[in-house]
Amino acid sequence: MALKDLVDPAASGPLARSRGLWSALHLDPILLFLLLILVSGGLFVLYSGADRNIEVVKAQGIRLGVAFVVMLVFAQLDPAVFRRWAPWLYAAGLVALAAVLVMGVGAKGAQRWLALPGLPRFQPSEIMKLVVPMMAAWYLSRHFLPPRLSQVAVGLVIVLVPMVMIIQQPDLGTSLLVGMAGLFVVFFAGMSWKLIAAFVAMASVSAPLMWFFVMREYQKQRVLTLLDPQSDPLGAGWNIIQSKTAIGSGGIDGKGWLQGTQSHLEFLPESHTDFIVAVLAEEFGFVGMLVLLAVYFLIILRCLYIAATAQDSFSRLLAGALTMTFFIYIFVNVGMVSGLLPVVGVPLPLISYGGTSGVTLMAAFGVLMSIHTHRRMISA
Amino acid sequence: MPWGEFKDTAAERRLFQRRTVVMLVFVILMLGGLLGRMYQLQVVEHETYTTISDKNRVQVQSVPPPRGLIYDRNGKLLAENRPVFSVTLVPERVDGMDETLAQLGRILDISEQDLERFHRRLQEPRRPFQEIPLRYDLTEQEIARLAVHRHELPGVEVEAELVRYYPHSELTAHVLGYVGRINREELQRIDPVNYAGTNYIGKSGVERFYEQTLHGKVGYQHVETNARGRTLRVLERENPVPGEDLELHLDLRLQQRAHELLDGRRGAVIAIEPKTGGILALASVPGFDANKFVTGISVDDYRALSQSKDKPLFNRALRGQYPPGSVMKPMLAIAALDSGVTTRDRTIWDPGYFQLKDGGRRYRDWKRGGHGWVDLKDAIAESCDIYFYETAVEMGVDTMSGYLSSFGFGEDAALDVSGALSGLLPSREWKRAMRNEPWYPGDSVNLGIGQGFMLATPLQMATATALIANRGTWIEPRLLSDVIGDDSVEDVLPDETHEPLKLKNPDDWEYVVESMAEVMHGTKGTARRAGSDAPYRMAGKTGTAQVFSLAEDEEYDAEEIRERLRDHALFVGFAPVEDPQIVVSVIVENGGSGSGTAAPVARALFDAWLLEFSEGSDSGLVSQAAGGLD
Repeated sequence: MALKDLVDPAASGPLARSRGLWSALHLDPILLFLLLILVSGGLFVLYSGADRNIEVVKAQGIRLGVAFVVMLVFAQLDPAVFRRWAPWLYAAGLVALAAVLVMGVGAKGAQRWLALPGLPRFQPSEIMKLVVPMMAAWYLSRHFLPPRLSQVAVGLVIVLVPMVMIIQQPDLGTSLLVGMAGLFVVFFAGMSWKLIAAFVAMASVSAPLMWFFVMREYQKQRVLTLLDPQSDPLGAGWNIIQSKTAIGSGGIDGKGWLQGTQSHLEFLPESHTDFIVAVLAEEFGFVGMLVLLAVYFLIILRCLYIAATAQDSFSRLLAGALTMTFFIYIFVNVGMVSGLLPVVGVPLPLISYGGTSGVTLMAAFGVLMSIHTHRRMISA
Repeated sequence: MPWGEFKDTAAERRLFQRRTVVMLVFVILMLGGLLGRMYQLQVVEHETYTTISDKNRVQVQSVPPPRGLIYDRNGKLLAENRPVFSVTLVPERVDGMDETLAQLGRILDISEQDLERFHRRLQEPRRPFQEIPLRYDLTEQEIARLAVHRHELPGVEVEAELVRYYPHSELTAHVLGYVGRINREELQRIDPVNYAGTNYIGKSGVERFYEQTLHGKVGYQHVETNARGRTLRVLERENPVPGEDLELHLDLRLQQRAHELLDGRRGAVIAIEPKTGGILALASVPGFDANKFVTGISVDDYRALSQSKDKPLFNRALRGQYPPGSVMKPMLAIAALDSGVTTRDRTIWDPGYFQLKDGGRRYRDWKRGGHGWVDLKDAIAESCDIYFYETAVEMGVDTMSGYLSSFGFGEDAALDVSGALSGLLPSREWKRAMRNEPWYPGDSVNLGIGQGFMLATPLQMATATALIANRGTWIEPRLLSDVIGDDSVEDVLPDETHEPLKLKNPDDWEYVVESMAEVMHGTKGTARRAGSDAPYRMAGKTGTAQVFSLAEDEEYDAEEIRERLRDHALFVGFAPVEDPQIVVSVIVENGGSGSGTAAPVARALFDAWLLEFSEGSDSGLVSQAAGGLD
């Protein structure tokens, strides 16, 4: 399959005939195909990471099934619906975040969940991963792009308010992802490079301030542990030492599926959740990692193409930001497990065991498919 | 109309596409960075991590050495090791900690204390999958019940370890001491490598003093394990070097006899073999069951022991500091003779009291009306206070203090007795420093009969008496007689530090010894009843230590005073006079008089050692000789 086909199979080739069916379902066959490869490969790794517990794999399969249904539902909605609802969803999200701070429930010193009578328990910060870029895209696309300085400022406020509220829970990982999603919108909108340089400079200056005034003790500890895992080899450093050992001992072609000693002898913690990529690296080696990152790259490539070919600014900004958020997930998780970044609770997208972020991610892919399949014919 | 195709200018589209290209480059660079990291870990540093991974899998486990055993002089086992079973939990493998604990509580007897200790250990930093002990010393029924419920309790294990056991618990508790779980302070002190697998350490007594010798050297085994530390197979093993066994001078029979003789009372007995300094018996009554302390005594048991009025945990023989009273007279007699203050011929008139100056305070003699004319030998035999009041004032504190310190008072002279106190030997400097007062002549009067500030332990009194029995040759008391292992006794026993006490006229030793024999055998000897009808000659000195002081000239009736306020009865002595085999010091708290209560105890021990047990050791010699002929 030529690269041209990958970018737009509808243009030519055998898939062209079935375009009518995919359009009717509002699905993008290439993106769907790549996601299915990722998810099914992920279930095999999960089976090994969960120490051959088939129940875990079944539960994850059901959860992913639900997530695909959510994707399908989102794909049916016209992007104009997201645009129209963006301000209302954003306002509701802020109210929900405020409610979490006042009456939220949770464990381990953080309250992240909202348990409203008559509704299932949910995590408002998770929904904000979609709603914040929608809101930013809605606001910025109302004006001519690139945005003026004042519009950039408003855009940043739209991003910062929910971010700060999520930090208060405290949930640094989610806050980071929500913030990144919003900032990518501003970036794609055409925020000037000078301004970006100024912000980067400001961020590096404010890093020490963050250290002293914003970060909690356990977060600082994670950073210190990253710099020197041996300082606490039995405590926080244990995870990093063991995951690096798992990855490194995998070598070029790995120890073989279900043969990883680090994970199966229980040295590797969280081997079926946040640290699952270490299982893959141990059992399938560098080759396995190459394949994984290639699949992720193809997904990102397809999504960026969808964004670039979208018909209006709102759709473009939203699609671009959601794609980059997906990338940030991958980078933060793999960086953390391989000891490049501090331990932050970010799962490996669509492979780690656990449902909440999977559903949000699939909803985002649903939005992307919606954008791609609701294009008006006049531009074709 | 801000939205729609009208606003979707080509410029905006181009701007977005430029930004998309930038992002694509960014993504490629970052993913390239991740791949580079993977290349570094998996290809460049692969060897390093393979080694670590194997090290993870193959673990070096410490194998604790079995603790050395302790025997008495006849080879009777005093301290051994028994396997004890405990139940442990691996929190990572437990399904629901609270339910598991609740279910274990129905199967086993788990106290509040066990739970509290368990929860405390749960909070402490530890390796994942490390087990935490919940309860020690399971009974066989409990082990069986656990086995039945095993499948319902994931993460619950039964583990065996060797734990110290004292078969003659109460008899030997104050000599051997006991071992217990290593605590935080001890953890700082010990060698972390050698104690890697050890849970117990000597807390007191012989167990504490010879900790290093008894402990042994840790062994290792390379095992393949999973992260829980569960051993899959042993790859390689270096056996531990067991702790060395110790043989003590102690004679369990004599120790038992001493306990029987003091049964129902509070007191202490020390018996020393003067030729070797070996401690034959070291009894402090009442005793306690040392086994209770090994795996951790319960709060109730400990409270019962520590709050008992009889103070069973208090080692009277080593730590009981009593006014020695008249048992000091033989030592002070040596001091008076050798310093030239008095002579054997000198006699003194004893009217029943002594005054420093006419009309001054009257220091009473224990005998109303006095002893009449007495020389030094009479003064010892009849325990005449007046003679010693007078020579004490003539000697002065410096002379007395000097001689008494040569007898080992005011110091812990024992070589290997853990926890022995040094009593109090008063001096001019001591009184100035502690009381900020000068030394008064009246203080000397009191010191002359071992009263006033002077304090000594039963072990010190026995040590000083042994010096007389040895006629001035110092042999420090000791418990250890032999090490069964690589070390010799000299390697582990501290050096002897005392010079012999040389008198200007060595015959003075015989004179004082004869005077002490008069105590036992003379017609006026204070302990003549305890010394009567013996097939050997013995030497001794009785003493009575006042629990509270009486006002001058006040009469008192021992029977009217509550039992706890009665005088302490003291006795020191040795036998036979000519060739001493055993030195004994006895204290019976609130025993009344030394002659009536303490001296018969010593006589019974003399008889046991010289008549009853010596036959046993004779036959032992015979059988040894027979064995040598083979």
